[in-house]
Amino acid sequence: MFIGSEVMLFGSFFTALFFVRVVNNPPHWPPLGYHLPVFVAAVNTCILVTSSFTVHWALQAIKRGDRAGLKAGLVLTFLMGFTFLATQIMEYARIGFTPADNAFTTTFFGLTGLHGAHVFVGLTILLVMIVRSFRGHFSAEHHHGVELAGIYWHFVDVMWIIVYFTVYIL
Amino acid sequence: MKNPFRSEADAFRLVIGALVYFGAIAIAAAAGGRWWAVAVFVVLTAAVGIWFFRREARERGTVSVPTRPRAQDERRVLVVANETVAGAALRDEIRRVVEGARANVLVVTPALNSPLRHWVSDEDGARAAAEDRLGRSVAELDRLGIDADGEVGDADPLQAIEDALRTFDADLIVISTHPEGRSNWLERGVVSSARERFTVPITHVVVDLEAEAAVGA
Repeated sequence: MFIGSEVMLFGSFFTALFFVRVVNNPPHWPPLGYHLPVFVAAVNTCILVTSSFTVHWALQAIKRGDRAGLKAGLVLTFLMGFTFLATQIMEYARIGFTPADNAFTTTFFGLTGLHGAHVFVGLTILLVMIVRSFRGHFSAEHHHGVELAGIYWHFVDVMWIIVYFTVYIL
Repeated sequence: MKNPFRSEADAFRLVIGALVYFGAIAIAAAAGGRWWAVAVFVVLTAAVGIWFFRREARERGTVSVPTRPRAQDERRVLVVANETVAGAALRDEIRRVVEGARANVLVVTPALNSPLRHWVSDEDGARAAAEDRLGRSVAELDRLGIDADGEVGDADPLQAIEDALRTFDADLIVISTHPEGRSNWLERGVVSSARERFTVPITHVVVDLEAEAAVGA
């Protein structure tokens, strides 16, 4: 139910983007004079996708009873997620337009901002898992919290791949 | 349809799939231009669609649990209880409903948790406590000669029942609660909601653990 509602939330933002772009059919997209930092976002995409591998590694580690692997995987995932979010904030500061400029900028900030909010929530969950893992929680038999955190983080990653493709590439 | 976020492993596979799907389209666009990208998009989408429908058809044949043939004297009872799972009143009720029949009992204990722990995904303690209560209850039923299995279910008792019925075709559901006034499940109308939601007959057992403890002391 939760994931379903999240998919619908992102779906409504994607619908707005496609309405503005396809139904209105502007002559240029992005409008003339607007440039998106595609390369920086590509590097950011690599960072976020890599973080999916590290959270998967963390879960596999604790399933084998490897607590050091769990801690290392979670910390690496958190650091990569934090780097992604920090880079996105810097991108916002230097991009040279605001959400109020036109429909293109509104949909750009709406979609990437919605995703950024999800990354922030994911980082908060990861931080809780890191604290718990350093306090000795989780074992090979009991690691439900890490599993749920991993599912949420993968969801955030899948959404970013779609956002990057539709906003920056398409 | 199988939820692609049902487990971390499934979600991880979806990340890889999304990466390959969108990556291939982007590479085709960069290398061959727009029409190459459209061609790759059409081919990949068709491939994903065929794979999806084939998997759905395959799973429809294996996941659904048909009502299996049973002996005339077989009784399949689904018991849903949390803190009251070890109560004597519940044990007596189970013994009563399976009396004279070949009993097959599944005890489901929802892993109840505090809202704060639920939101920070700290469910391990709740599950461990539920498993502990469940183990003692199943052992007690086994001691009474009743063939019983147990599993920890979803924190929502209605969801726990629904999940259990997918694999266990019960002909009676027994819901055990604390007495009125002390029962969170009764306050939330779990028993009446279950009667509306499931076609299987439902028996409600009230277990007064305090009274049982006083009698035992």
